[in-house]
Amino acid sequence: MSGWGWRALLLVWATGVFTPLLASQIDVYRFDDAQQKTRYQALIAELRCPKCLNTNLAGSDAPIAQDLRAAVHRLVVQEGFTDQQVRDWLQARYGDFVLYDPPFTARTWLVWVLPIGLLLVGLGLLLLLQRRGRQVVSAPLSDAQKAHIRDYLER
Amino acid sequence: MAGSDSKPPMHRASLFVPLGLFVVIVAVGYVGFSLGDRHVLPSALLKKPFPQFRATTLHDPDMVVERAALLGAPVLVNVWATWCPTCQAEHEELTRITQVSDIRLVGINYKDDRAKALNWLAQFGNPYDLVVYDDDGLLGVELGVYGAPETFLLDADGTVIYKRVGDVNRNIWQTELLPRLRELGVRIQAGEG
Repeated sequence: MSGWGWRALLLVWATGVFTPLLASQIDVYRFDDAQQKTRYQALIAELRCPKCLNTNLAGSDAPIAQDLRAAVHRLVVQEGFTDQQVRDWLQARYGDFVLYDPPFTARTWLVWVLPIGLLLVGLGLLLLLQRRGRQVVSAPLSDAQKAHIRDYLER
Repeated sequence: MAGSDSKPPMHRASLFVPLGLFVVIVAVGYVGFSLGDRHVLPSALLKKPFPQFRATTLHDPDMVVERAALLGAPVLVNVWATWCPTCQAEHEELTRITQVSDIRLVGINYKDDRAKALNWLAQFGNPYDLVVYDDDGLLGVELGVYGAPETFLLDADGTVIYKRVGDVNRNIWQTELLPRLRELGVRIQAGEG
């Protein structure tokens, strides 16, 4: 085998040996049944890491995200919380931020109203343009013009 | 072309539509970018009672403290750790605050090593009246802590009236803490503020 062949083999071997070591950050949790596991995974995918601007609990390596994953696991498996109870528990401690779902308040109304408002404005514009388009009536051709075209086509 | 003649004449005022849109976009951007630091979450605990807890103290692993240990007088609760460089940066100002005012300072040693933390206090001085030891960060989660340092101001009944995420510096002392301590009736040395 040539030198390159050996190197390629070494690379394959090293990848196989070291990659699992790098991936060992994954938490190990026990669940009583598959349903608990599904609920846990759905919750950490849904809830937001407080330390990060746009990462969920599942996708963050921040220490606080690890702690909160542990907390969600405890609430689901040991305390028997429902999904909504878990959300409320986190909201009581970290605020609306963790929910990815701003409530309708005096501070956040624009977030909710703006898309609907823009949709209405768009629909209004569409109707307006359509009506304006209908008003443009094409005038019928005069006999002279028709004769001209016929003449042109038959040539 | 004959078709373009039949188009309705454009109203003069509609020439200003792009300008209007531009102004709206600039205004939205101006407000959006001046909304403040998106990394700082408003505390869910504001105006709410400090949560119940049960933990040991940093100095004595056998001594258990609870929420009652924070009541009776206004108190600054400072979450810190030896692994947090900003905590070291604010240490001097916290120490100074305990010297120029009668506010009680309680520390929460957050996800830290007891020996390291004691060593840290021996090295930089201990301005804390009491240090609660939160090695697993469970109290931190109750408090909505997502990064040290964080500092809470409680009134005598244990209600959270202010929270600072980040270091307590001279500016925070002047603009945020001092007026609130005055309001709470905490004695402050003459010449402050």
